[in-house]
Amino acid sequence: MRVFVPKDAAAIALGAEDVAAAVQETAEARGIAVDIVRNGSRGMFWLEPMIEAETPQGRIAYGPVEAHDVTSLFDAGFLDGGSHPLRIGKPEEHPFLKRQTRLVFERCGITDPLCLNDYRAYKGFEGLKRAIEMGPAATIDDVILSGLRGRGGAGFPTGIKWRTVAETVAPQKYIVCNADEGDSGTFADRMIMEGDPYCLIEGMAIAAVATGATQGYIYIRSEYPHAVSTMSEAIVCARREGLLGERLLGSGHSFDMEVRVGAGAYICGEETSLLESLEGKRGEVRAKPPLPAHKGLFAQPTVVNNVLSLASLHFILVEGGKAYRDYGMGRSRGTKPIQLAGNIKHGGLFETAFGITLGELVDDIGGGTASGRPVRAVQVGGPLGAYFPPALFDTHFDYEAFTERGGLIGHGGVVVFDDTVDLWEQARFAFEFCAFESCGKCTPCRIGAVRGVETLDKVRAGINPAANLALIDELCEAMKFGSLCALGGFVPYPVTSAIKYFPEDFARRLPAAAE
Amino acid sequence: MGGYVTKDVVATARSVLERHSTQEGALLPILRDLQDEFGYLPEPVLPLVADTLNISRAEVYGVATFYHDFHLEPRGEHTITLCRAEACQSVGGVALAERAKARLGLDWGETSADGRVTLEQTFCLGLCACGPAGMIDEKPVARLTPQKLDAIMAEVGE
Repeated sequence: MRVFVPKDAAAIALGAEDVAAAVQETAEARGIAVDIVRNGSRGMFWLEPMIEAETPQGRIAYGPVEAHDVTSLFDAGFLDGGSHPLRIGKPEEHPFLKRQTRLVFERCGITDPLCLNDYRAYKGFEGLKRAIEMGPAATIDDVILSGLRGRGGAGFPTGIKWRTVAETVAPQKYIVCNADEGDSGTFADRMIMEGDPYCLIEGMAIAAVATGATQGYIYIRSEYPHAVSTMSEAIVCARREGLLGERLLGSGHSFDMEVRVGAGAYICGEETSLLESLEGKRGEVRAKPPLPAHKGLFAQPTVVNNVLSLASLHFILVEGGKAYRDYGMGRSRGTKPIQLAGNIKHGGLFETAFGITLGELVDDIGGGTASGRPVRAVQVGGPLGAYFPPALFDTHFDYEAFTERGGLIGHGGVVVFDDTVDLWEQARFAFEFCAFESCGKCTPCRIGAVRGVETLDKVRAGINPAANLALIDELCEAMKFGSLCALGGFVPYPVTSAIKYFPEDFARRLPAAAE
Repeated sequence: MGGYVTKDVVATARSVLERHSTQEGALLPILRDLQDEFGYLPEPVLPLVADTLNISRAEVYGVATFYHDFHLEPRGEHTITLCRAEACQSVGGVALAERAKARLGLDWGETSADGRVTLEQTFCLGLCACGPAGMIDEKPVARLTPQKLDAIMAEVGE
């Protein structure tokens, strides 16, 4: 009798360890043999911890389960799918999952993350096999055909980046996976690493075969200790099975990889800063050129790809670039794992083809706010993304559509705020965050962020508000065009969008008594 | 608290350095392991690291002070970390953070006088659909409420 209790960090944060222990104890006390599988999360976080019993009718889910619910679940016969107030039914028939197109997250929450046989049952490593059979040039062509663009946010075509590395002659090449998922409102990378690590390993191996790299690094932020441990274990298992190391799948390609843990610096999500950090230096941004594809890690040609870009390759190589390209809209092809977060009723991971509107995501799928109050603002794309009012809910989820509206999709995080939000606070926070996380190398970012906080404080205090808001405008211009990287360069997105769409919040004054 | 100083700092540091002798770009993994070993980075180990990696002490110090994770001062027995990022702000994270600061009488990064607890801020733990979130030492906690937070502070502070 198998029972699935997620080991995803969010499920753990909500008590999954206690639930797993309670299931084990109760089963033992009742003389029932259960095999507890610690799966990843299906991504319906309002239902976590969501446990599933494997019954002859299929898997039946219950949630959100707390340890004290376990006795009553056994009493209700949940192992056979018995009825209980927490019974959800078959997860795959839940509307939240049914509406999705899960190409990257196909296995997440279903399989045992570290079980290679589970992964193989889903055509695991067949993508790598095909890449080896086709050879580097055809593999790169297929990835270009798929239209896959960098899922970290920059949206650069993945296949083109690979071709550059493949064509650069060097004694050593590297594949670096950017798993420094620091944007608030995002957790897709974490879910993949905790719930389907072999998919990421396979993606990196495919990139290695295509470009001739022999060494890989996964740079995971230290805030994700569970992802670090699952990925590290998965690498050991894959190596033991000959899926990493010398002669991959019996071919002439060799590739191995190592997990490296960040040290609490948001800036290390920027690729050149990440490379500096991997080299053991301060995470200061490098000026480009040279591109990492020419001179990256230890000055060697390096592919730096986001977790989700690499995790998309299994599907692309197994089903073909064209099959992937058939999803999406415009120049945004394939699917995007969107993360619904913040003050939202049904928060979680929603993977869908590009093209869905923001309103569908927030209102239909997300069910509006968790607080039940009206939605006032939505920040898309992390701390450097714009704040959109509901008036812009017809915006399609697509790289270009968001750019046109003065926003960015970034890593696909959607953070919902209800009508109690003060956008002045949010704009101030954007500057404060930038000041805290700036690497300090370029002046617009290092100084601009601090000046931004000071100037917004003057606005709220009622000191020459019009002149100071004009100054904010100028400051944003300087940061946008003068910063070395996207940290300083994109802070204007949240700030100017907050001022543009929510001007009333910038007209409010501190009460005199507070002066 | 006093546990750290009874260790033979130099010998322990050398054994950590030994483990990383063949690793490329080893400085961050070394500093992390040293911190795991001592709870912070004691001043005397930094020159040792510099000598081993054949870099200047300034470089080691520069790296140790760049990253928010590394600490040159001893920390509390327990660390309460609260997420201050937007997703948690949207569900009451700011008030929760203020509550923790007021009740503990600590600002971010500060340790209580009795050495029991350090209060730390973080910007995102990837628990953004079930905020407000935080961590007690290494254990993640989510859907925090003032009551849950008070219980955590009482438990850790005792």
